[in-house]
Amino acid sequence: MKIKSQRDFVSGIMLIVIGLAFAIGATNYSFGSNIRPGPGYFPFGLGIILAILGGVVFFRSLRSGPENGDPIGRMPWRALFCVVGSIVFFGFCLPRLGFIISFPIMIVFTSMAGQEFTWRDALLNAVILTVMSYLIFIAGLSLNIPLWPAFL
Amino acid sequence: MDLFHNLYIGFQTALTFANLWYAFMGCVLGTLIGVLPGLGPIATIAMLLPTMYSLQPTSALIMLAGIYYGAQYGGSTTAILINVPGEASSVVTALDGYQMARKGRAGTALATSALGSFFAGTVGTLVVAAFAPALTSLAFEFGAPEYFALMFLGLIGAVVLASGSLVKALAMVVLGLLLGQINTDVQTAVPRFSFNIPELMDGINFVVIAMGVFSFGEIIANLGKSAEHREVFVKKVTGLWPTKKDFKDASPAAVRGTLLGCLLGVLPGAGPMLASFTSYAVEKKLSKHPEEFGKGAIQGVAAPEAANNAGAQTSFIPMLTLGIPTSAVMALMIGAMTIMGIQPGPTVMTSNPTLFWGLICSMWVGNFMLVILNLPLIGIWVKLLTVPYRFLFPAIMAFCAIGVYTLSNNTFDVYCAAAFAVFGFLTHKFGFEAAPLILGFILGPMMEENLRRALLMARGDWSVFVTRPISAVMLLLALVMMIVIALPSISKKRQEAFVDEE
Repeated sequence: MKIKSQRDFVSGIMLIVIGLAFAIGATNYSFGSNIRPGPGYFPFGLGIILAILGGVVFFRSLRSGPENGDPIGRMPWRALFCVVGSIVFFGFCLPRLGFIISFPIMIVFTSMAGQEFTWRDALLNAVILTVMSYLIFIAGLSLNIPLWPAFL
Repeated sequence: MDLFHNLYIGFQTALTFANLWYAFMGCVLGTLIGVLPGLGPIATIAMLLPTMYSLQPTSALIMLAGIYYGAQYGGSTTAILINVPGEASSVVTALDGYQMARKGRAGTALATSALGSFFAGTVGTLVVAAFAPALTSLAFEFGAPEYFALMFLGLIGAVVLASGSLVKALAMVVLGLLLGQINTDVQTAVPRFSFNIPELMDGINFVVIAMGVFSFGEIIANLGKSAEHREVFVKKVTGLWPTKKDFKDASPAAVRGTLLGCLLGVLPGAGPMLASFTSYAVEKKLSKHPEEFGKGAIQGVAAPEAANNAGAQTSFIPMLTLGIPTSAVMALMIGAMTIMGIQPGPTVMTSNPTLFWGLICSMWVGNFMLVILNLPLIGIWVKLLTVPYRFLFPAIMAFCAIGVYTLSNNTFDVYCAAAFAVFGFLTHKFGFEAAPLILGFILGPMMEENLRRALLMARGDWSVFVTRPISAVMLLLALVMMIVIALPSISKKRQEAFVDEE
């Protein structure tokens, strides 16, 4: 088997899996009938359609273009880790440590995702953004955000 | 005359001090986020949503609308000055606008864009005011099959406009519809696909998806690319006022763009964007010097800018008359209405006339403010463009994280957004476009409900969608769109149109 587009090959398989997963999941709910469609009717149909579309993407990846073309390419692991990690960190720490502590740490953590990271800029940015966000969201818009650690 | 009476009510509402202030705030914020990359109107409105409870519904909607069209103005500014379209609908503006800027005519391009948009906004406002009542009465004729067909048309519109492969765009729409199925079934109260997680039983908030995919996912993708330089070509914008010849060249184009925009903007899905693409193509066809397009033709700025602004106005029509969100921003506006206890739909006009007409008139007021904000004060926005990305992306991340958290003061939403960040990055990587996904997700539950209701009504007969005239026309339109796009000559053109975007 010769793969012509790596990106389509992988994404086609993913779509087929997701579509089938939804379709199979939908069988847990009553399908109903055309006259009285149940909760499983719409998701089952959609799941099948998605799987078919995934199939089209998949088979086309075997046909068009030069061999082994359209590679997936290098994954930016560092950016992926820092960005996703800092969001999860923020979600986890905000209710526990409060805004004043978790927010600046999150910004420094996020900044590490960039290729031009320097501690000076990141810390400066963290201070500015924390003060700004405090003024806008907490002092100005009085949003309900925990400020200080929960154990204090 | 009714129209004048209605406009009178509207201006009375829009011109109160408080509402002028909110319109102004909305426009400033909108321009700001339109100029800054990565922070779109969706994220901004989502962040402000929790603060809306304390406002008058009319003021809140006026401000949200201001953010929406303010972002469009700001998006055109970046399109012209640095060849980075801030919003999808200003993609075409970048083609000729940036070339004009390179030739030292940045001021003229900006002024053409602002004045064209203002003219279009004025006409668009009048069109909305004149036709919304008529369409509202039509809306009462709409049954479940018509709603379903209209939403189907909207989804096809979004697919047709997505860049890249059609099959991939269709897959994204279907995936969006499926994600919308994670909820509790309205008719039988069965929780679906929720794995006993209480937060999932209410469905995922679409803001979580939008922020995850568009803000976070895009940041990862951007950082993955080799360091890109945002070159600000123009340090100081001079020569704002267009010459007589410019006026003569640009005016007819702006008028045609406005007409097209008013017409196409009503289409659910991607009205303003469709309008700007089409009007650019039309100008190129009509021009005696088509070879100038892409090299700084003033018509290539005037027409699409007028079209997308007119389209932005008339895209309020389906939202105001039918209660159907035609884009993520409209979905947020509907969300804001619901928060404040107003049921969106054809009854808004009669039950809340001051809100309805106040909002429409404030659009004109807002457009006027935007001309002032964008022309004399252009220097401030240019300064903003020079902020390096390493300072910008943590700021975008930070604001979005706060926005997601404050949606319902729930960390589950934050984790969900993190998951969608990974997903958004993968869609980028695999060459899928995320916009159709969001629209599918928003329309999913409504489509299902109307499909089921339509089938129930027709006793399981699918032909109900083609035997009822309004629904048949809409499905036919969707079919025509698909066929036209699939034609070889057009699909080649379509690729050309998207080439600059990728």
